[in-house]
Amino acid sequence: MDEPVRTMAKEYSAELVPLPGVGPAPEPLEDPRRSDVDEWGRSERTRAVFRTLYEPVYSKWFRVEWDGFDKIPAEGGGLLVANHAGAIPSDAPLIMHGIESRLGRPVYGLADYFFRSVPFVGTLWSRSGGVAARPENAARLLGDQGQLALVFPEGEKGPSKSFADRYRLRRFGRGGFIEIAMRSGVPVIPLAVIGSEEAMPVLFRMPAVAKILGTPYFPVTANLLAMGPLGLVVPFPAKIKISVLDPITFNVEPGLERYPRSLVLEESERVRGLIQEQVFEMLKVRRSVWFG
Amino acid sequence: MGRRVLVTGADTFWGGRVIQALENDPSFEVILGLGEHDPSVPFERAEFVRADQTYSILHRLVRATRVDTIVHTFLVSDSSTVSSRALHEINVIGTMNLLAAAGAPGSTVTTVVVKSSTKIYGSSPRDPYTFTEESTRSGPATTMVERSILEAEALIADFAEDNPNRSVATLRFANVLGGGLTTPITRNLSRAFCPVLIGFDPLLQFVEANDVVRALEHATRNELNGVYNVAGAGRLPWSEIISIAGSRPMPMPSVHHRLLMRPLSAAGIYELPGELADLLRFGRGVDSSKISQTGFAFRFTSAGAVEAFAQQARLESSTGRPPSSYRYEHDVEQFFRHSPAVMERG
Repeated sequence: MDEPVRTMAKEYSAELVPLPGVGPAPEPLEDPRRSDVDEWGRSERTRAVFRTLYEPVYSKWFRVEWDGFDKIPAEGGGLLVANHAGAIPSDAPLIMHGIESRLGRPVYGLADYFFRSVPFVGTLWSRSGGVAARPENAARLLGDQGQLALVFPEGEKGPSKSFADRYRLRRFGRGGFIEIAMRSGVPVIPLAVIGSEEAMPVLFRMPAVAKILGTPYFPVTANLLAMGPLGLVVPFPAKIKISVLDPITFNVEPGLERYPRSLVLEESERVRGLIQEQVFEMLKVRRSVWFG
Repeated sequence: MGRRVLVTGADTFWGGRVIQALENDPSFEVILGLGEHDPSVPFERAEFVRADQTYSILHRLVRATRVDTIVHTFLVSDSSTVSSRALHEINVIGTMNLLAAAGAPGSTVTTVVVKSSTKIYGSSPRDPYTFTEESTRSGPATTMVERSILEAEALIADFAEDNPNRSVATLRFANVLGGGLTTPITRNLSRAFCPVLIGFDPLLQFVEANDVVRALEHATRNELNGVYNVAGAGRLPWSEIISIAGSRPMPMPSVHHRLLMRPLSAAGIYELPGELADLLRFGRGVDSSKISQTGFAFRFTSAGAVEAFAQQARLESSTGRPPSSYRYEHDVEQFFRHSPAVMERG
C-alpha cells in the first residue's frame, strides 16, 4: 500500500508548484495612482499649495520668530508638544508651516477625531496633515514611520478658555501624550508659544449656541465684535514667538502596553511646568503685543 | 495520504473559485463542495453535496467522509444579496453548526479556514486609521452584516480557544474588486455617475478577487492559525477610485442620506447599504503585514485592484458580458465521476 503513494509523490515533485486556478501573474500595471494622498489622508501637493498661500500670513501678519529651532530633529520621530490658545487657534498651522518650510519634512497635526465627522472641513484638515489623536495612530506615525507630530495636550480646554485666564496652561489631559511618546520610543519636544492668546481673545462662551451647532465650544471673540462675521476667520496681527525647549527622552522600554500611571502623570506635569515657565519667561521680556 | 477538504458555499462565487484552485493541487486528495444551489462553475474532480444554508447535515458528512480541513467561504458580507433574516441564519447559525460538527467527539478535522471581512471593524470617525488584527471596533455594530460577522467571529474565537490542537485561521478581507464579482461598490463604480457623500472623501483599501482565492488557498495549504487581515497595499481616496474607474462623482447629501436615498434605491438607481454609507464617509484601512509574514505575496495593490477592475469594465463595455456557459447537470457530473465507463477522470 505504501509503494504507489511514494511513486505518486515522486511523480509530482518533478513538476512545478501548481498554481491556483487564476492563471500566471499579470503584467505589472503602470502605477495607477492619480493623487498623492498618503495613508493618513495627507497630500503633499495640497500642503504645498497651503504653504504658498499661508506664507504671507506666517511672515507678514504674525511675523513668527523662533528660538532654539535647531532642537527640532531633522530626522527620526518626535512628538512636538505646545500650549494651545486663541478661539480658533493659529498656533497649529504656524508651527507646522515653520517646521515644514525650514526643515522640508512633514509635520502631522494630532487633533480631536471630531474634525473627521465634519463635511469639507474634515477632508481639508486631513489633506493638509491633520490626524485624529488616537494612541494607535500616534504609535504608527511616530514609532513605525519616524515622523514628526504636533499635539496640544490641553485639547479644546486651551483655546476655549477666556482672555482673563490667558497664558495659564490647562490640565494636560490624562498624560496620553507621554504614554504615546514612551510607547513609540520618541522624544517629546516642548514648544512655548506666545502671541496666540492676543490673536483671537475669547471674551465669553455661549454653550447654548455650541450645543445647537454641535461644536465643542462657541466663543465670542474680540475679533467678532471688531470685525463682525469676518472676525471668525481673521486673527489680530499679534507678534508670535515660538521657543523650542530641550527634547525630553524617557528612560523606559518602548512598545509596552501600559506604563506606570504615576510615572506618566509625573512626566506630563513636568512638561506642562516647563512650558508654563518658558511662557512666563517670554512674557517677561515682551515689550509689545504687536511688535514683540 | 493527501488531505481531505470540505468547502462550504460551493455554489457561490468564492466557494467555486476556491474549489477550482484546490483542484489543481494533487495533495488535496478529496475535495467536497457543500452548497444549496447548483454550482456556478464546473468542477474537475470535486464532489458536490447539496445542503441547506445552515448545514444541519454537516455533522454526518464530516463523520462519514473523515475530512481533515474545512474551508468556510460562505460568510455573507454583502447585505444587498440576502434578507437580514437569511443573513443571520447563514452567518451565525451556519457557522455555529459548522464548528459544532468540526469539534464533535471523534471529528477528524484539524484545520478550519474562514473567509471573514474587515467589515467587522466598522467605520467611524473614532477609528484608528489602520486596524491591526488586535484592534477592536470603536463602537457597537450598526448594521446587520456587521453584527452577524461579529457574532460569527466570536463563535470562531471560542472554537479556537477550546481547540488548541486544531489550527483555525480567520481571514478578514477588505472590500473585494475583481472580474465577475458584483457588490454594491462595483455596481456603483460601473455607473456613469457614482455616489459621493458631499464633503467626504474617505480612504479605502481593496483586495483583488484572485488574491482572495490565493490567500484562502495559502491559509489552507499552510494551516495558518489565528486572525489575519487581507488587503492590498496602500489606500486611496474615493474620488481617485472613481476617476480610475472612469466614472464621475454624483454628489449626495451626507446628512439624512438614508432617508433621501430610499426612493433612489427602491427605484434601483442607486444603492447605499448602511455599511457602505459609513465607509463612504470615514473609510477604513487595515494592516495586512501579518499574513505577508507567513509568506503570502499579494499580486495587486489597492490601486492595482481598482485599475484591474477598470480594465475589466472597459473590456466588458466593448464586448458585452460573456454568456455564462456552464450549467450544473447532476446526472452528467455523477456519470463522469463514478461510471465504470469513464476511463480517465479529471
